[in-house]
Amino acid sequence: MSESDEVWKVNRERDGKRETFESNFPKKGPIGEALAPVAGFGVSLRNFFRPTVTEQYPRVKTPPMPRYHGRHQLNRHPDGLEKCIGCELCAWACPADAIYVEADSNTPDAQFSPGERYGRVYQINYLRCIFCGLCIEACPTRALTMTNEYELAGPTREGLIYEKQDLLAPLGKNMLAAPHPMVPGTTDGDYYRGDVTEPVEAQIDWVREHRPDDATLPDNREQEREASRG
Amino acid sequence: MTATADKSAAQAVETVTLTIDGTEVTVPKGTLIIRAAEQVGIEIPRFCDHPALKPAGACRQCLVDVASPGPDGNLRAFPKPQASCTMTVTPGMVVNTQHTSEEADRAQKGVMELLLINHPLDCPVCDKGGECPLQNQAMSHGRPESRFVDVKRVFEKPLALSSEILLDRERCVLCQRCTRYSKEIAGDAFIDLQNRGAMQQIGTFDEDVLDFDGYRPVGAAAEDEAGRAFSSYYSGNTVQICPVGALTSAAYRFRSRPFDLVSSPAISEHDSSGSAIRIDHRRGAILRRLAEHDPVVNEDWITDKDRFAFAWQNLGDRLTRPLVRKDGELVETSWPEALAAAAAGIRAATAAPDEDEEAPGAGVLVGGRVTLEDAYAFQKFARVVLGTNDVDARARSASDEEQAFLGSQVAGTGLGVTFGELEKAPAVVLVGFEAEDEGGVVFLRLRKSLGRQKIVTVAPYLTRGAQKLDATLVATVPGREASALADLPADVRETLAQPGAVIVLGERAAEAPGTFTSALDLASSTGARLAWIPRRAGERGAVEAGALPGLLPGGRAVSLKPARAAVAKAWGVEALPSAPGRDTAGILAAAAEGRIGALVVGGVSASDLSGDVSAALDAAGFVVSLEVRRSHIAEAADVVLPVAPPSEKPGTFVNWEGRLRSFVTAIRTDAMSDHRVLDLLAREWGVELGTGTVEAVNAELASLGAAGKGERPAAPKAKAPRPSRAVKGTAVLATWHQLVDEGALQEGEPYLAGTGRVAVARLSRATADALGVAGEATISTAAGSIDLPVVITDMADGVVWVPVKSPGSWVARDLRVTAGATVSVKGAA
Repeated sequence: MSESDEVWKVNRERDGKRETFESNFPKKGPIGEALAPVAGFGVSLRNFFRPTVTEQYPRVKTPPMPRYHGRHQLNRHPDGLEKCIGCELCAWACPADAIYVEADSNTPDAQFSPGERYGRVYQINYLRCIFCGLCIEACPTRALTMTNEYELAGPTREGLIYEKQDLLAPLGKNMLAAPHPMVPGTTDGDYYRGDVTEPVEAQIDWVREHRPDDATLPDNREQEREASRG
Repeated sequence: MTATADKSAAQAVETVTLTIDGTEVTVPKGTLIIRAAEQVGIEIPRFCDHPALKPAGACRQCLVDVASPGPDGNLRAFPKPQASCTMTVTPGMVVNTQHTSEEADRAQKGVMELLLINHPLDCPVCDKGGECPLQNQAMSHGRPESRFVDVKRVFEKPLALSSEILLDRERCVLCQRCTRYSKEIAGDAFIDLQNRGAMQQIGTFDEDVLDFDGYRPVGAAAEDEAGRAFSSYYSGNTVQICPVGALTSAAYRFRSRPFDLVSSPAISEHDSSGSAIRIDHRRGAILRRLAEHDPVVNEDWITDKDRFAFAWQNLGDRLTRPLVRKDGELVETSWPEALAAAAAGIRAATAAPDEDEEAPGAGVLVGGRVTLEDAYAFQKFARVVLGTNDVDARARSASDEEQAFLGSQVAGTGLGVTFGELEKAPAVVLVGFEAEDEGGVVFLRLRKSLGRQKIVTVAPYLTRGAQKLDATLVATVPGREASALADLPADVRETLAQPGAVIVLGERAAEAPGTFTSALDLASSTGARLAWIPRRAGERGAVEAGALPGLLPGGRAVSLKPARAAVAKAWGVEALPSAPGRDTAGILAAAAEGRIGALVVGGVSASDLSGDVSAALDAAGFVVSLEVRRSHIAEAADVVLPVAPPSEKPGTFVNWEGRLRSFVTAIRTDAMSDHRVLDLLAREWGVELGTGTVEAVNAELASLGAAGKGERPAAPKAKAPRPSRAVKGTAVLATWHQLVDEGALQEGEPYLAGTGRVAVARLSRATADALGVAGEATISTAAGSIDLPVVITDMADGVVWVPVKSPGSWVARDLRVTAGATVSVKGAA
């Protein structure tokens, strides 16, 4: 007799000793017993009269909750300078090693952010990102925040490594695209305290002189608006 | 172990026993409390304290409670916490640190709060963030929240002390490590404390900082390229010892964070000291280099060249694939094809054109920058495969006298005079050697014993470096060093007779005939020891490996039959070539005349050689270049084989002491070492060179060992030349490399180049008057000329000094001469 046969035999002996199962639900009355076969349709019937919860996702996009952790965004100061200073604290905080940053010095010819330092290279690898938001907590300048955008899928791996230009916030109404000098007479501290609220004439002049075709210049914006109207 | 170390260990050390945090500890008398605490593993926070600097007590962070027995024997506590970095231990002392004393803890927290009052807390933009002692200790010993609500003191940031060193005064905690280092170690007191009270700050001697004019450096200060009175070859060390982010380097500014970096230990490839360094790299790119603590070699310091000059190996002209000349153009190709083409080309170029004509030979130029293993492979390749002794690693002026000296005194002698012995030497005579310009950290060691050591320099003038060493000048016309040594004043001879005295010979000793002979005579008559300190990192290794025309590995002479037989036996070949080899200049001349058909060239810069390199390359039938970058020689070669720079290969530099300084691969790439490439190339001839790996080469070197009896060349016997008559309108050229100049390994680093010194021509007042030169001078030879501003210097008459390879002064390329040559000097029109 093999070992498995032995096991089979023992199991069958145990089966014999088992007590039969008895439910502890209250026993139904005779009407209940009679309707029992169709009682399940009641659940369906009841839901016919309730509002639907199904989302028509690709056709209808439902906004997520306001604090949903979606794609990151690199914010700008009100005058258009970047808030990111390339400190790499986000990369340091990242538990998934999804962020890669290389900083560089701002120069008078190319001032990207207030102060001395800016993020020259900024990459977030969304194949790695777990959307925990620790990078947001680490950011000392509130440059990095998360948007509610959740459509992060793509056909290539390269495409899911978002570069700085993919992450930068779109330019707001009056913002002037970086690089351009800081507001004259201010320090990076004034920017952080929110004392800079819009680009000043000196900055606009600088951009006009160095990049006359820049689309964010007020004159060029005006032209574009007219062109779209006409 | 050195003899001196043994002696001091043998002496009974007076000890003191005290109690720190309840632990009894016995330390040598005179130990500081902070050091004694370290010995029992108690860490006291500190900023200004540095083991290599004198105590200052500037930052007050290391306050501890101290009680010591009074005259009556009862323990009496000091009324207030004391700085443990300035107080030495006394018997029976009881120290309570922040761990056991609330008072000490409170004091330390208070000091930290005060230090942080004006600190900008801009850690996110600060290069020190993540490896900052202030940041770390503020976390461990500071208050969690700031109570300071007022406006912080602000300064303009950053202040450029030089093109390389930037000072952010807001972040400074006035620990004075940098100023103390500059004064005590480097001797370049270019920064100091200025102003008082809350406005106290570190600054250069700049009127704007001082806020009132009329102040200039008191001492002679060399000028940097910007023409400002600041120049130090050792300024990068201040960045490394700064305990906050106040001093940062322009090259590393905002480049990365400590957690990005992979650190690999390495040995500097820039000079013959073999300084221990740390290479910090990120994604295969070197971002910075730091000094490693190596007590027997470089202690805690390295030169700025060691620290900042690393960009050269990753410039755009880096070679990664072999190149072969096809239809006049160098085209990329595969390794097998390149090796086959190289072998075929060398064979064809060295074949006899006719049966009755003599076959042209082949020559190998190694260059002084290769490792011991590479130099060994080059010379073995020359002797076994090419069958010639025409191999020379001295891409500089060289002489047979030097070779005889190296063979008889240096090669295969193991560890000679060490850094420690040089520091303890009662007297040092420097011949053909500028400690600051050509020695790197050797200068710092000599300066360490300032006041305890007599230094005599045989040179045309007392350089700023020599002044910092408080050296005595024996004013000498270049080329006449031999007679200067023979006629040394009696008092210098007396100091040299003291035990431990050292005569240092530099690479320029080869430029003055008779110097080695005279130095040997002086050494034997006074009992002083000899040290040969070349400039380049690979020189001593090349001597050990036998990459010289007259030397086989281990100091064996090519000219001696038993020496050749011993090496031939070890290599498993029938015989080695016995014809005497040519040196670098000889090889180039022979190639230009068509007597050398093929050239194999290692890491040689054409602009370092005074010989006509272009003519030699043009005339040679076939040129194979082993190069890291597309150099001038690589461009002219027929086959270029790419090799690895030091950071991408393992190897060994032998420093001037004879100490083996092995290093491993810091960054893994598929680049191959010279020795491996030569091993592959030798296979094209069916020769197993056995230099495929570092281990194989080292095993072979070890089995060869040093020269046995009767295998070494005889000591040099050369006569000093008679002084030649001065011709009107000419002067004798004195010249040497400045530490920071336009050398090939310093390319691609503009910030470092900015700290170099302005190229000037130095003349004595009498010489300048006799030549009618003022303002600017034109120094010329038949080959070309150099225009430089003139600086009148107290120096030997009839001599003009110019730097070898500084901006606007490339002596070898433009004048085609070396030191000791007669050049014509005219006032610029």
